[in-house]
Amino acid sequence: MSAILSRSIKTKPSAARTTATEARLGAMTSGATAGWSVTAREAALARVQSMGLPQPRDEYWRFTKPQSLVQPEAPAAALFDPQEAPTFDQIDRVKIVFVDGVFSAADSDPLELAGVSIERLAEATSDIHWAKDLYGVLEERGQDPVERPLAALNTWAATDGVLIRVTGKAEKPVSLIYRHESETSDVMLHHVIKLEEGAELTLLENGPAAARFNKVLEVEVADEARFHHVRTQGRDHERRAATHIFARLGRESLFKSFTLTANGVMTRNEAVIELTGDDAMAHVAGACMGDGREFHHDDTVFVTHDALNCESRQVFKKVLRNGATGVFQGKILVKEGAQKTDGYQISQSLLLDGDSTFLAKPELEIYADDVACSHGSTSGAIDEEAIFYLRSRGVDANTAQDLMTIAFLAEALDEIEDDILREALLERLTAWLERRRG
Amino acid sequence: MRKGKNMLEIKNLHVKLEEEDKQILKGVDLTVEAGKVHAIMGPNGSGKSTLSYVLSGREGYEVTEGSATLLGEDLLEMDPEERAALGIFLAFQYPVEIPGVGNMTFLRTAVNAQRKARGEEELSSTDFLKIVREKAKSLKIDAEMLKRPVNVGFSGGEKKRNEILQMAMLEPKLCILDETDSGLDVDAMKLVSDGVNALRDEGRGFLVITHYQRLLDHIKPDVVHIMADGRIIKTGGPELALEVEQNGYADLLAEAQ
Ligand SMILES: Nc1ncnc2c1ncn2[C@@H]1O[C@H](COP(=O)(O)OP(=O)(O)OP(=O)(O)O)[C@@H](O)[C@H]1O
Ligand SMILES: [Mg+2]
Repeated sequence: MSAILSRSIKTKPSAARTTATEARLGAMTSGATAGWSVTAREAALARVQSMGLPQPRDEYWRFTKPQSLVQPEAPAAALFDPQEAPTFDQIDRVKIVFVDGVFSAADSDPLELAGVSIERLAEATSDIHWAKDLYGVLEERGQDPVERPLAALNTWAATDGVLIRVTGKAEKPVSLIYRHESETSDVMLHHVIKLEEGAELTLLENGPAAARFNKVLEVEVADEARFHHVRTQGRDHERRAATHIFARLGRESLFKSFTLTANGVMTRNEAVIELTGDDAMAHVAGACMGDGREFHHDDTVFVTHDALNCESRQVFKKVLRNGATGVFQGKILVKEGAQKTDGYQISQSLLLDGDSTFLAKPELEIYADDVACSHGSTSGAIDEEAIFYLRSRGVDANTAQDLMTIAFLAEALDEIEDDILREALLERLTAWLERRRG
Repeated sequence: MRKGKNMLEIKNLHVKLEEEDKQILKGVDLTVEAGKVHAIMGPNGSGKSTLSYVLSGREGYEVTEGSATLLGEDLLEMDPEERAALGIFLAFQYPVEIPGVGNMTFLRTAVNAQRKARGEEELSSTDFLKIVREKAKSLKIDAEMLKRPVNVGFSGGEKKRNEILQMAMLEPKLCILDETDSGLDVDAMKLVSDGVNALRDEGRGFLVITHYQRLLDHIKPDVVHIMADGRIIKTGGPELALEVEQNGYADLLAEAQ
């Protein structure tokens, strides 16, 4: 219904939008000129041209300035030495390393895992490929009713990525590691993951990737398949990222995605999830810690229920201080006939000072009558009574604040199903907090 | 520490609220010696909890006159955590719920923070667990309660027992119990009193705030003070508590006029 509405009022791109779009496109080229992906890339380019790139007054860009993500040149980002072991260091996994978007064979493990086929996008140049049914396809589905031009831009121009097809239960996670070593790198990666019926995979992602990173992840989760996604977005203070996840879920399938973010001047994480098979379950969660006036973090989530008896959860928590900004735009759309939908959405911020800002746009749109959907958004200061209670037991003020911070983020971290991964991220979080105190 | 030495010394303490022009403590004089149990009784709103908060360093109060020292050190200049490390412990009248922080994590963080502040080694997880389990058992606090977030969903009585568990773990020098008996059933009162009595020794002082004689049957005080309108208006032996129990405060208040 809303799709028709937004279509009908859509006008031609404005002159400013066209100029900005052409400037960006002029500075780029298609990511491939031969092979199975060409058609999808050309169609994506046409989409970008007709939609135009985001402009400040667009409905879903009111809280986040698109400029730095849209402009032709990536703003430079100084490199940052986190002085700590990378995330997931202690986890047994298949490592795939990209340095400023360039695959590094030397740092990567062999792309081998039982029940899983892993290929690089840049190397899959044949005319026929299973990924053709998904590459740019899920992204295009996700353009309606809300346009996501940066994702279409990525489909056109992405130079590399991984194509993963899972037929069994992967015995260990596949881990994408993004290193940032050039102050001006401008990177687009595009991953496609297909989980066949009953298959299971955990995907890990970590690292800042580039000065500016545009990433698309398309995931098809077939009937009874299970997909787990856990990522951390690196601690580089100046990096910018626009990421999209497009997922389509089959019957009785499971999709779980969790993201931990600290630092970075600009992060826009979009997740577009479509529940198309009955009894499926999708959980998207994020914990973010923002510090400083430059920090801007945006979670934009769109979950569509289009089947019976599905469950979705959106759990987003942000701790903001020193003028940082957090944004949450989350929608649950329940289509006609999607009865017995159980939709839950919570977005909360903990503002450690009066300077920081949290902007939320929670939305429910429901066209079925037998559903249970709830959403809530809160923004609050730290509980001073609790801080005093902790201090009266001998815990110093900083540690007390950290304990409260971790407690606040816990509900989001609890969305990570695997105990070891959850503990690893909790440790990471604790170490970050300790380090920030020096 | 020698028995009889002054542990807590409060002299002419005047306290007003920071936010409003409201004087709450109007010249409190009180000395608790090591090894002794002092009880404070007094009508609602007389300033008992305020005194306990000011001693433990809660924000929002302004000391306009007077002093408070523990073991000769000026308490009023210290942060709450420094006071705790020095040996102050307040069992809250209304223990605070902290969603998301596990009781066990809370206890371990507190114990180790104090050990660190005193230059002692941190307890290993195994030693810590062993001690907690033992002390929790004697207070009939089960393992499940230890795992739950601090005080969240605890019944009134469970919260009070949890306060005593913290006290037993932290082994403070001066234990302030603010109406720890309120909300306790008869058996829990006995458990809590046993917990307190187990800590009684020559190097420790107690300040027990209560409205009822019943607690003082279990925890026998050496000295009883009556507080009214921000002052100690009368000090006596255990018999003073019995007098209050029988006659209320009217006579004492009239006498003090
Ligand atoms: N933050 C505050 N704001 C306003 N009034 C306060 C505040 N704190 C204390 N008071 C007032 O100070 C007085 C003393 O309060 P306090 O809690 O110390 O009494 P109490 O002796 O512990 O009483 P009770 O026996 O009921 O526990 C009361 O009149 C109370 O309302
Ligand atoms: Mg009181």
